[in-house]
Amino acid sequence: MRLGLVIDLDTCVGCHACAVACKEWNTSGTTAPLTDYDPYGARPSGVWFNRIRHYEVGEYPHNKTINFPMSCMHCENAECVTVCPTGASYKRAEDGIVLVDQNKCMGCNYCSWACPYGARELDRVSGTMKKCTLCIDRIYDREIPEEERQPACVLTCPAHARMFGDLDDPESPVARAVRQRGGYQLMPELNYNPTNHYLPPRVHAPIPTDDLKKKAVRKVKEWVNRVVER
Amino acid sequence: MHPALAVIFLTLFSGGGFGLMALTAIVNDFQIDGGLSPMQTMVAVLLSVLFVTIGMLSSTAHLANPKNAWRAFTRWRTSWLAREGVFAVLYYPFAMLYLVWVFFTGGSADVTGLLLANVAGALGLITIFCQGMIYACLRTIRQWNTPLVPANFYAMGLAIGATVLAALRIATGGPAQTLVGMAVALLAAAAVLKGIYYFWIARPNGPTIRTATGFNRSNVRILDQGHTFGTFLTQEFGHTIPAAKANTIKFLMYLFAFVIPVWALALALSLGLGSLAWLAVVSVFFGIGVERWLFFVEAQHVVNLYHGRQQC
Ligand code: SF4
Ligand code: SF4
Repeated sequence: MRLGLVIDLDTCVGCHACAVACKEWNTSGTTAPLTDYDPYGARPSGVWFNRIRHYEVGEYPHNKTINFPMSCMHCENAECVTVCPTGASYKRAEDGIVLVDQNKCMGCNYCSWACPYGARELDRVSGTMKKCTLCIDRIYDREIPEEERQPACVLTCPAHARMFGDLDDPESPVARAVRQRGGYQLMPELNYNPTNHYLPPRVHAPIPTDDLKKKAVRKVKEWVNRVVER
Repeated sequence: MHPALAVIFLTLFSGGGFGLMALTAIVNDFQIDGGLSPMQTMVAVLLSVLFVTIGMLSSTAHLANPKNAWRAFTRWRTSWLAREGVFAVLYYPFAMLYLVWVFFTGGSADVTGLLLANVAGALGLITIFCQGMIYACLRTIRQWNTPLVPANFYAMGLAIGATVLAALRIATGGPAQTLVGMAVALLAAAAVLKGIYYFWIARPNGPTIRTATGFNRSNVRILDQGHTFGTFLTQEFGHTIPAAKANTIKFLMYLFAFVIPVWALALALSLGLGSLAWLAVVSVFFGIGVERWLFFVEAQHVVNLYHGRQQC
């Protein structure tokens, strides 16, 4: 099994709801808390597992805003795990989830240097490294209804831009979406082989705009004529 | 990268200490300039142990959760950081035994003593390699991901060691011609190697904001980083330095790390001035400390691409 996320850049509206839901769930989850520093002050900062950035892609008039959520990609070649000297960072053999054992971490930051995707953040208060757990405390919880056994970010996304599933199973919805939509990995040249995939924006037929002005002028004329006739 | 003093001191001092140990062994092996007297040997080994200890202690200051530091020795099969710790710790008993041996036997160049010295020196050199690989194995930072990094660590560790040894000899008496020659040669080699490194990292390559976001055929610009104030990522990885400023600092670095030590050692040798020789030591430590600082500040982690950097 290779559990991970598929993120649809076509439908993500950049509302940060997933990041907030993540923070809300995980601040009392397995690697809790997600400490905030100066949350109501002038320089608010703190630990997040999921961050959304916003880019402009292409040149006017063919430009587009792309909202870009990023969390741990649960890489196959997780160098963050390789470099960890204490064994606190590990990748689960059964489902590929990468975790940090908070009881073993010594807070050396080395794993965060090895992560290309900025998925790891040190918690200054606990002195340990924190990162996305893929909501391991939700997805295996038999106490909650089956349809809710998904990461908090996936459940909360109002645009359904996030999908969770087994990318090893070629017939899983996530694997199919990657296949059909040309899903891709970020920075493949570094060869971390991230599990999370991104679906590019769909190519829509452009809405014609050439005769838009003429039409508008004609409409105004017609309206004026009608008014004058009366 | 954030230039944390604790980490800078780790490779600076322990590198110098290991270089000193290795050269002490070599000088006594081959009786270079007649070999070191037992007293000089003891001072050299003591300084080596002192430098390594300063480095190791300051590195623990960098840990956010030092109570788990003992676990850092456990993953030596995969982690260069763990290997560094293991070899650094192995160095201690051999260096200390050599010290004790010289103290009690009064001979610094008998077979048992030399065996201990050479094993300690070799372990130190292996540790320097591990320290270099801590940085060189990271594919996320192209300025570090080069074999020149461990090569530089070697050259500089040995250059510091040779400078200390030559200064010690000039200050405490005895022929120092070859020792100074060795120090000058190693300093020159380190300077050249560092020059090759700077040449190598000058040309941008590697991932870009396009491959980072997957929009390989379009221009990509950041609109919003998504957070109001800095994050762990911007604080740890966001440091940069303008090229002009970096060049000025590099010039000063070359001056303090290489030019002044060579000049001071040469002058100290001809005048027999111990204080001038120690000036060389202070200068080389300061200069290579600046070099290590630049090594961090110039390292550009690929996560910066997600914060809008076009290329690292
Ligand atoms: S995204 Fe970063 S933290 Fe997550 S598995 Fe990959 S390298 Fe490790
Ligand atoms: S910060 Fe913790 S998890 Fe990361 S490398 Fe260091 S000990 Fe391992």
